[in-house]
Amino acid sequence: MDHPHAPSRSQPPKGALGGFGRPRAASALLDVRNLNVRFATPEGEVAAVNDLSFSLQEGESLGIVGESGSGKSQTAFALMGLLARNGRATGEVLYGGANLLALSEAELNTRRGAEIAMIYQDPMTALNPYLTVGDQLTEVLRFHKGLDRKAALAESARMLDAVKIAESKKRLTMYPHEFSGGMRQRVVIAMALLCRPKLLIADEPTTALDVTVQAQILRLLQDLRRDFRTAVIMITHDLGVVAGVCDQVLVMYAGRVMEQGPAEALFAQPSHPYTMGLLHAVPRMDQPHGSDRLATIPGNPPNLLALPPGCPFAPRCVERDTACLAPAPLTAFGEGRRRACHRPLEQLCDTDATAAPAADSAQASDRRVAT
Amino acid sequence: MHSPSHAPSAPTLVERLARPLPPLPGLDDTLSHSIRGRSLWADARRRFLRNRAALASLVILTVIVLLCAFGALPSPHAFDEPDFDNMHVAPATDTAHWFGTDNLGRDLYVRTLLGGRISLMVGALGALVAVLIGTLYGATAGFLGGKTDSVMMRFLEILASFPVMFLVILLMTFFGRELWLIFLAIGAVSWLDMARIVRGQTLSLKRKEFVEAARVCGVSRWGIITRHIVPNVLGIVAVYATLLVPSMILFESFLSYLGLGVQEPMTSWGALLEQGAKSIEAAPWELGFPAAFLITTLFCFNFIGDGLRDALDPKDR
Amino acid sequence: MLKLILRRLLLEALPTLLVLVTVTFFLIRLAPGGPFSSEANMPPEVMAAIAAKYRLNQPAWQQYLGYLADLARGDFGPSFKYKDFTVNDLVWAAVPVSFRLGLMAFVVAVVVGIAAGVTAALRQNSWVDYSVMGIAMIGVVLPNFVLAPVLALVFAIGLKWLPAGGWEGGKLIYVVLPVAVLCQHYISVIARITRGSMIEVLGSPFIRTARAKGLPAGYILRRHALRPALLPVISYLGPAFVGIITGSVVVETFFGIPGIGQLFVNGALNRDYPMVLGLTILIGALTIFFNAVVHILYGFIDPRIRIH
Repeated sequence: MDHPHAPSRSQPPKGALGGFGRPRAASALLDVRNLNVRFATPEGEVAAVNDLSFSLQEGESLGIVGESGSGKSQTAFALMGLLARNGRATGEVLYGGANLLALSEAELNTRRGAEIAMIYQDPMTALNPYLTVGDQLTEVLRFHKGLDRKAALAESARMLDAVKIAESKKRLTMYPHEFSGGMRQRVVIAMALLCRPKLLIADEPTTALDVTVQAQILRLLQDLRRDFRTAVIMITHDLGVVAGVCDQVLVMYAGRVMEQGPAEALFAQPSHPYTMGLLHAVPRMDQPHGSDRLATIPGNPPNLLALPPGCPFAPRCVERDTACLAPAPLTAFGEGRRRACHRPLEQLCDTDATAAPAADSAQASDRRVAT
Repeated sequence: MHSPSHAPSAPTLVERLARPLPPLPGLDDTLSHSIRGRSLWADARRRFLRNRAALASLVILTVIVLLCAFGALPSPHAFDEPDFDNMHVAPATDTAHWFGTDNLGRDLYVRTLLGGRISLMVGALGALVAVLIGTLYGATAGFLGGKTDSVMMRFLEILASFPVMFLVILLMTFFGRELWLIFLAIGAVSWLDMARIVRGQTLSLKRKEFVEAARVCGVSRWGIITRHIVPNVLGIVAVYATLLVPSMILFESFLSYLGLGVQEPMTSWGALLEQGAKSIEAAPWELGFPAAFLITTLFCFNFIGDGLRDALDPKDR
Repeated sequence: MLKLILRRLLLEALPTLLVLVTVTFFLIRLAPGGPFSSEANMPPEVMAAIAAKYRLNQPAWQQYLGYLADLARGDFGPSFKYKDFTVNDLVWAAVPVSFRLGLMAFVVAVVVGIAAGVTAALRQNSWVDYSVMGIAMIGVVLPNFVLAPVLALVFAIGLKWLPAGGWEGGKLIYVVLPVAVLCQHYISVIARITRGSMIEVLGSPFIRTARAKGLPAGYILRRHALRPALLPVISYLGPAFVGIITGSVVVETFFGIPGIGQLFVNGALNRDYPMVLGLTILIGALTIFFNAVVHILYGFIDPRIRIH
């Protein structure tokens, strides 16, 4: 990188607090500490993820939000050990007492697909077009559970039923191209859930789908989460998705955390200009007339090879001043929240309190009180 | 109950987001350089010049072409004049047979360069014929589309599924072994890939948004063809033409090697190789020099073609 | 599936062959002086046989139909050069030789080429990759008529391990050099194609899915990656077949192997018109048939084509 990135000194001492300020339970399912992802490219090293820390309890759900290039997808790939060849992840990803980043491919393979599973942005390309859906489902069970072909087929059919695919037995003999996009995403979800994983990483699971199908898939994910007690990391650029689904939120920009905290508080009172911009870019149905203008964030997502010095969001930020030319450390505040912004919270909130629409209808009452 | 006008002094966030960004001189200066646009061709040239293998090939190829054109001038020997005192002799400077002589005592240096002239000429002209036919055929099929396109492509498939070398030899058997016929025959059977590539490119360009946009804006058909289609097809035609030349040279060498191409006392690299192969044990230079020239030339064309393709490929820009 | 095969053979391969025969038949009649009339020094009895055979006293369309009928019966007519033989006699003696040579070269090219390409792809940007691809680059450019004398010089004349020519009924020791010369270019091309497509497939989202499922690397390679990675290779089999047939002309001529390649060149050099014509059509038919088989094979491998 062409500018120094100061590691945030204001972070709470490791281990004392959970990623979001709660006392870290000994049973934290996943504990990510100082995750960094770097890519070696011909044009130089690209820092895709910088000093990302969070922890996730069993059954909890975390939303990672950001535009393209924010590093959210690379975070997911780093957790799964699926980075491209030129990528390298450092830091710690503690799961079940082991650091996933330090495991061998074989050790990782006993967990991937079995305890940690993933669903993808584009269900059109995530399935192998040359194998039947049945082949692709059963191989998971045969490797992780040692089932024979017949038992694996039966279990796969049951899982297709669970994700509401009709005629599951017949579907198993079909190829991916014979399914619609929404159906394929259901297949991918069924594939991820076959071994009842404890952690599910969903990388933009609804982006490539029609709006009506999006809602179905999100509802399906919520139901399955409840039934299987699976913790979920939901990666998305759509705050609306997060609002409906997640307990915790982490907002990323240019590979850095801008803001993280419990979803309710974050939506009620965003503490970073970027989050505010994102919130205003979500169209809302539950707002009174007069505030229904959509604001967009000016400018484009950052070029990771030519980041500005200091706060990466400064080039697009309406609140910026000269202080923003220096890096903004991630600072803890409030109930388990953290933000990386030079502007005092009060200044941002002043303006926000007058008009900011909160994001979630569930929190609409909170917001009305504040107005 | 909820209206932005409630607090006229403090602007709403929507309003704040809508207004221009506060100036920040130190920052905007550092970023402005990264947004400057570059033209497609300037960009391609820059990328090509950065490709060392392609650049070196271009230099070497230029040297070979110049040698073939003018290199024989300082030699005292003629290409078809036997030197009966020096038959099958090794390269030496005192007899001025710098590459040695062949079994008839003809100077190999002069013959290699002459052969190069023929080979390069066949290569270039053959490629030209192929590019002309192929581009016309492909562009026509791509533009017209529909039934015409599918009939034209079916015909192409029929031709493509045939070993054209045999067809060329068949033609040369019946029509005689004339040099111009070699150009024509080789070019006439090698345009198939060119046509297919140009057709594909034209078809996909026709559907591109910027062509749609031009059409919607009222740009004429001719304007679309000259301003949008031709420049975009040109790149791939250039790449493919560069790669066609070595295959044409190889094609001619193959024919000449079999004795079906250039006839004595004229020669080409392929014909020289044929003689060299026969006397490889006694006079390895007879094979070595023409082979070195041929292979170097083929390498150069391939590297240049690859370099051009990489430079013009918009995929990893 | 059967419908696909029949459609390929009857509706595509057969018309293609017909077009080929028609084009060649009428093309050679454009030759100056007519194809069969200009040879003054031909023995009269041969002339008579030719005139009868090619119905030279009949109108063109009858000649054409008669020629088609002969071809359908597999009759290529008499040879100009070898008075006592028909083209058929000569061709059917040569076909097994060329078939054996070509098949071996083809199999070696496919097997070695794929193995080298996969190896290079799996060790992308390592020294293994660079050396395999370096050799392949040379192999792509090196013409077989340069390689043949060099290999003969080293292994036959220099080391005396292998004979410099001859066939001797296809004994292994006589086959090694011709097969090596014939297949080297195709090993290189297939290795390059395989490497490129394998790298592309290994970087595709569905391979990432397979890895995310915790499947072992070797299993992913065999079960998920190999089939899509080989599709471009299969598309190349048609051109490779054509290339090996063409290359066999050089190899058979150089090593003195009595196959159809040598027959063809001698026919062309001696202006043995029926021989050249017959062989062109025979080789065309073979190629068209082979291409049809490759298309069918492709359909077997790619389910998206199979269905539609």
